[in-house]
Amino acid sequence: MSNLNAPNSPFVPFSPNPSIQSGVPTATPPLSASKPAQLGSSNLRYASSRKSIYDRHLNRTQRSELSKASFAFLFGEMIQYAQKQVSGIQDLEKKLNIQGYAIGQRLLELLLYREGRSAKRETRVLGILQFIAQTLYRHLFGKPADGLEKSREHEDEYMLIDHDPVVNSHISVPKEMSQLNCAAFVAGIIEAVLDGSLFPCRVTAHSVFSEQFPSKTVFLIKFEESVLEREAVLQ
Amino acid sequence: MSSTKAARIGEEVWKTRIDKVNAELVTLTYGSIVAQLCKDFEGDYMEVNKQLDKMGYNIGLRLIEDFLAKTNTGRCANFRETAETISKIGFKVFLNITPTVTNWTSDNKQFSLIFDENPLADFVELPDDGRAQNELWYSNILCGVLRGALEMVQMQVDAHFASDVLRGNDTTEMRVTLIRMIDDELPPGDD
Repeated sequence: MSNLNAPNSPFVPFSPNPSIQSGVPTATPPLSASKPAQLGSSNLRYASSRKSIYDRHLNRTQRSELSKASFAFLFGEMIQYAQKQVSGIQDLEKKLNIQGYAIGQRLLELLLYREGRSAKRETRVLGILQFIAQTLYRHLFGKPADGLEKSREHEDEYMLIDHDPVVNSHISVPKEMSQLNCAAFVAGIIEAVLDGSLFPCRVTAHSVFSEQFPSKTVFLIKFEESVLEREAVLQ
Repeated sequence: MSSTKAARIGEEVWKTRIDKVNAELVTLTYGSIVAQLCKDFEGDYMEVNKQLDKMGYNIGLRLIEDFLAKTNTGRCANFRETAETISKIGFKVFLNITPTVTNWTSDNKQFSLIFDENPLADFVELPDDGRAQNELWYSNILCGVLRGALEMVQMQVDAHFASDVLRGNDTTEMRVTLIRMIDDELPPGDD
């Protein structure tokens, strides 16, 4: 039965406070290590109208839209900033992954909250991957993912396919960096959602040559062994 | 250009000419950027403000072209018109908000933008560390954007936040000051 036990959860409540947030997702301390602020002990000031985030409905911005250009500008700055700190493409992708990871942690909670009564905790690999390909993808990008495949060679690998990632639509990768795929950012989001659902894994983004879809991207999802063991028990 | 005309143009462009994405993707992406900066600068919020302003400046330099191409607006006759254009068209097409232009100085060189809504700050609460609420200007990237964009149309401005609801203030206010018009300079050696 021991393999039914979830591995150490990498999920940690996010805080921009650097002393709490460790940044490297796989090395984040377990939940108990960071002390959540106790109710009533907050020293934060609020506007007299008390228009804090707790007074607003969480679904308020569910369907609102912003300019795609605004996203592209911000994402571009994120990449440039990350690029200054790294030496290679792999490092850069890792940085982007970490930035996405912080988003995925929040989105998982938000999306489950919004599913309301129909929300459930996925226990099976296929179920959680469908959640990502449908619910998560539709919310973020307004469309489901273009495909979901299981690797033939490796039991623990799955592939989520996006023919034209929204995040890459304003990015042209220089020739000497052709290995770079900035959708590593989205890979980080996916990884956080899977980790947070207790399907620990690594997710990486890879450009795949396709004449029809020049920016086709495959997210390679590699689960940890514990996930497969649990899957076998549940089968 | 009157304020109502600017509002009409902003509305029109937003509806017909802007590719859109889910707002929360933008909000969370910005949040991730700020959080990363806070971490990288080890809680030196002054440095974070500076970095955000710099990022915004870089964006502004490029954003102005996108703005002009999409909105087809011409040269503003005076700084008051510029202010209306920024609020009703600029903020409208990029962030779908129209901050209120107010608090003009008598020389017409200084105004405030009051933000009732700020999509960048949805979901945001500043760290409860006793410093962030005094030091961090969470949306400081917007100041940089204005500075960069206006510089490209020959206006040197100073833009900074004067208050922010995230800090417990009752309003979110950005103060914009025209420092000078940048004269056209001939390229050196081209006489």
